[in-house]
Amino acid sequence: MTALLQVQALDKHFGGLHVTRHVSLTLQAGDRLALIGPNGAGKTTLVNLISGVIAPSAGRVRLGGQDVTAWGQAERVRAGLARTFQLTTLAPKLPVQRQVEMALFEREGLSGRFWRCIDDYPLLAAEAQALLASLGLGPLAGLASERLAYGQQRLVELALALALRPQVLLLDEPMAGVPQGEGQRLLDALDALPARLAVLIIEHDMDLVFRLARRILVLAEGAVLAEGTPEMIRNHPQVRTAYLGH
Amino acid sequence: MSGALPSSINAAPRCVPAWRAPLIVLALGLIAWAALPEQLGLLTRVAITALLVLSLDLVVGIAGLATLGHAAMFGIGAYAAGIAALRGVADPLLGLLLGGAAGALLAAVSGAFLLRYNGLPLLMLTVAVAQIVQNLAAKWRDLTGGDDGLSGFTVGPLLGRFEFDLAGQVASLYALVVLVIGLYIARRLVDSPFGLALRGIHQNRARMAALGTPVPARLLAIYTAAGAMAGVAGALSAQTNAIVGLDSLGFALSAEALVMLVLGGAGTLVGAVGGATVFTLLHHTAASINPYHWLFVVGAALMGVVLLPPATAWAWLRGRWAGAGQG
Repeated sequence: MTALLQVQALDKHFGGLHVTRHVSLTLQAGDRLALIGPNGAGKTTLVNLISGVIAPSAGRVRLGGQDVTAWGQAERVRAGLARTFQLTTLAPKLPVQRQVEMALFEREGLSGRFWRCIDDYPLLAAEAQALLASLGLGPLAGLASERLAYGQQRLVELALALALRPQVLLLDEPMAGVPQGEGQRLLDALDALPARLAVLIIEHDMDLVFRLARRILVLAEGAVLAEGTPEMIRNHPQVRTAYLGH
Repeated sequence: MSGALPSSINAAPRCVPAWRAPLIVLALGLIAWAALPEQLGLLTRVAITALLVLSLDLVVGIAGLATLGHAAMFGIGAYAAGIAALRGVADPLLGLLLGGAAGALLAAVSGAFLLRYNGLPLLMLTVAVAQIVQNLAAKWRDLTGGDDGLSGFTVGPLLGRFEFDLAGQVASLYALVVLVIGLYIARRLVDSPFGLALRGIHQNRARMAALGTPVPARLLAIYTAAGAMAGVAGALSAQTNAIVGLDSLGFALSAEALVMLVLGGAGTLVGAVGGATVFTLLHHTAASINPYHWLFVVGAALMGVVLLPPATAWAWLRGRWAGAGQG
């Protein structure tokens, strides 16, 4: 079986600053891989490299066996790769449902249609509503996303990624900045991600990492420090001193 | 759409019918046409300016691109229509088409380079492109008439039947109808999936890129469409004035169009028409009272709008009214 996502010996440097050193990883369908490491370890850079926001200095990225290293971000999304952002990245003044519809128009290749009104796509509107309802956002569908609580905005991020029906999902700190009271819904949503979806998740919340991940990859100073099952990582001496702090 | 509170928060606000605003503009225009037979020249100017500002709204208000060079597309459309008329293309609608094509072509070619930039660098580059086009027009005297401008051309009857008369009856109706069609097209564009993607790009490019939107292609498409519309406005101006000057490509026109857009409210389309109307009428009235200091009035109006945006003023008035009703 071909891996859905293959990252091979990825390198990135900005001038003399080496932020990604020879990182390789593989995601199969249904994988839950957590990427952990101290601040500045190069986790977000890696997500940006995989999603095509920035180009690597060396190395290759493959999606479903196809080399996408030279592809732009939009092409990678169409090939089945979706991501969320560490800092909420939404269109703040658009109603939540419109934003989900925007994602659906992209997925269906309709975003270049310039004549028919966006209300004349009832199937997509219904799909958007159903998706929002499944995340508990149904009653808020008509609100501009800036009027939502932060935890709800994080859920909208997730909704937009899921609307694309990706095969590979990169989650950049989905729980970052979410107040404790608002987190449960998001945790439930992460638990309920489609079983076949390959997920790479960056997260600082170790409880969540050990709860969700089946494999963990530890990054330090841009390089892979360790990789293995949660049990192996928990007992890895270097990781314990470098990151877990005990 | 934006700004209005949805009646129920669990449904996204629906598109307003695309024909509504154009019909209202048409009705108001016809009333003005019938009531003010002495002012048909002014009505023509209002309609042409409104079409220019409307096209600017697609770029600035909808897609969120900064530009101070929009007159380049207007001017090149004017020159295209004028040159075509001089060389025997008498049919006004064909001239309009040529003007639109010229505007679209300039926008597509310059946009392919300009739209790699954003914010202040983009703003400066749009100024530069417009200056280059204006300088080319000034130097290429054989084609454009240089500093003297392009004149001595006549336009044939509209639809082969309606001669352009001295009072401007045909010209003003013609300009009004083209504006109304332009407003309808703009409304359809903005309320389409394409328009939604543009509004998304305006608010957050990174978000749209992450959804797989080909951001540069979408921006180039709207820039080109707006260029076509500005070119049509320029062609209208050439045909109804029977003269094209270098000022039609000038920085002052680009800047004034932006002022009109801010005055009426960017991103709403009808605001562009309203702003252009108010500005042109203000200009006309103030300049006839005092030809040297009319800009003071415009400056004061602009300051007023910036300090107290119409939406805020309207909400305040409504609040007062509701309060008075209860008291």
